[in-house]
Amino acid sequence: MAHEHKLEIFRGLWKFKSNTQKIWGVLLFLTIVTAVEVVLGIYKPDAFMHTWLNPMEGGFFATLYNIILSPFIYMKPLNLIFIVLTIVKAYYITWDFMHMRDEKSSLRRMVVWTGVFLICYLIFILLQEGGYVFEVYNTDDALIKRDF
Amino acid sequence: MDTTVANTGTEGKTWGGGNRPLGASYGKLMMWFFIVSDALTFSGFLAAYGFSRFKFIEEWPIADEVFTHVPFLHGQELPMIYVAFMTFILIMSSVTMVLAVDAGHHMNKAKVTIYMFLTIIGGAIFVGSQAWEWATFIQGDYGAVQTKGGNILQFGEKVTVDGEEKFKRISIDEFAVNIAGERATHERKNGLWFVTDDTPLPDYSVEEIYNGLEANPNILVRNQIINEEGEKTILTRDESLRQIKDNGKLVVKGANLVVNEYGTSLFADFFFFITGFHGFHVFSGVVINIIIFFNVILGTYERRGSYEMVEKVGLYWHFVDLVWVFVFTFFYLV
Repeated sequence: MAHEHKLEIFRGLWKFKSNTQKIWGVLLFLTIVTAVEVVLGIYKPDAFMHTWLNPMEGGFFATLYNIILSPFIYMKPLNLIFIVLTIVKAYYITWDFMHMRDEKSSLRRMVVWTGVFLICYLIFILLQEGGYVFEVYNTDDALIKRDF
Repeated sequence: MDTTVANTGTEGKTWGGGNRPLGASYGKLMMWFFIVSDALTFSGFLAAYGFSRFKFIEEWPIADEVFTHVPFLHGQELPMIYVAFMTFILIMSSVTMVLAVDAGHHMNKAKVTIYMFLTIIGGAIFVGSQAWEWATFIQGDYGAVQTKGGNILQFGEKVTVDGEEKFKRISIDEFAVNIAGERATHERKNGLWFVTDDTPLPDYSVEEIYNGLEANPNILVRNQIINEEGEKTILTRDESLRQIKDNGKLVVKGANLVVNEYGTSLFADFFFFITGFHGFHVFSGVVINIIIFFNVILGTYERRGSYEMVEKVGLYWHFVDLVWVFVFTFFYLV
């Protein structure tokens, strides 16, 4: 059986002559991404340590704005960069090492959509709840004392 | 290949199960099902970690202060370096795995053998590194005092390095004053059902730490609360003494499932649980790789005319790498 590989990454920007070459190319890319993460993690540039946007106050549209732009409002840019780079790495591991790029789109969707939907749901529920428990612990009239 | 891989006798019978809408063999499809469900298990764990972290968002330990060690470079603080090395090893072994799969497609037995061997070596190095990381974490380095409320108080002094004021941690071994002959191990026969007889006494009592702190006016205490600069809050000298005297309950060194000198004990619990579960996956991956490696050497797949088993095991191995990418981000970076 012929094993056909799609031999280009970055939407055709980088083409390879053979599958082996593509593997080394992807390794190079993943190594660079990891190196960037490690360097950022060690030096923690000041520009990325404080959120770029502030939450808006008042009204329905302000809340909508806060929800839509929540990654920029409530998360340090550095952490956002780390998470985006992680997903980039995950994409190339799945697509090129696990050959998802060469599978039928139905198989691809079966795996990716199911996973992404359920994981997003799980993360949303648990982080929302964690934030709520934090509020309960830390309001001024909190009934729980932990600083002793 | 259709004649050699797990045929079920239904080929061509569209309504008898011979249809393959996903274009993948039975074995590969089942591996993908397993991977999706295992991915959900891991994301459940990581989301639970996120839950606990959000709960204690203002006092979570800072990973860069916890994982600072590199083998053979004793006493130097090098955060991230070793774990970056581990990540690279795992990605590298993923590459050798995918090269083995590629060689399998070309029915090149010699190359599959070499690449499988390199993959196993990479996996073994990774598991070994993780064991070392655990051992270092369990052993701890500076020690701390746990308060009655379960909070952690750490010790250090302010020093100026290159014109910048820094908080340099000091180990409890350096300043604790020994008080002779006043401590006795609390034993099971004294009525504590949860104490096993071999529970050792901590190296120091809180009293001894307090005496040492009093004798060294340069030492300050810092608590778990993260301030606006993203650093742990350093207490004044008076407050330091007061905290240890009034609230200090237990001297802890290192981390385990009960106490954690680096901060909230949930951090240690999740670290052991998630990296442990991942390490178990790596370990089982290595075992399965070894089985496949011997099958390759024995020529099983050569006779079968297809190296698809290598591909299936490869999927599992890449998945282990994929999970590590996320564990790395959420434990060491974010």
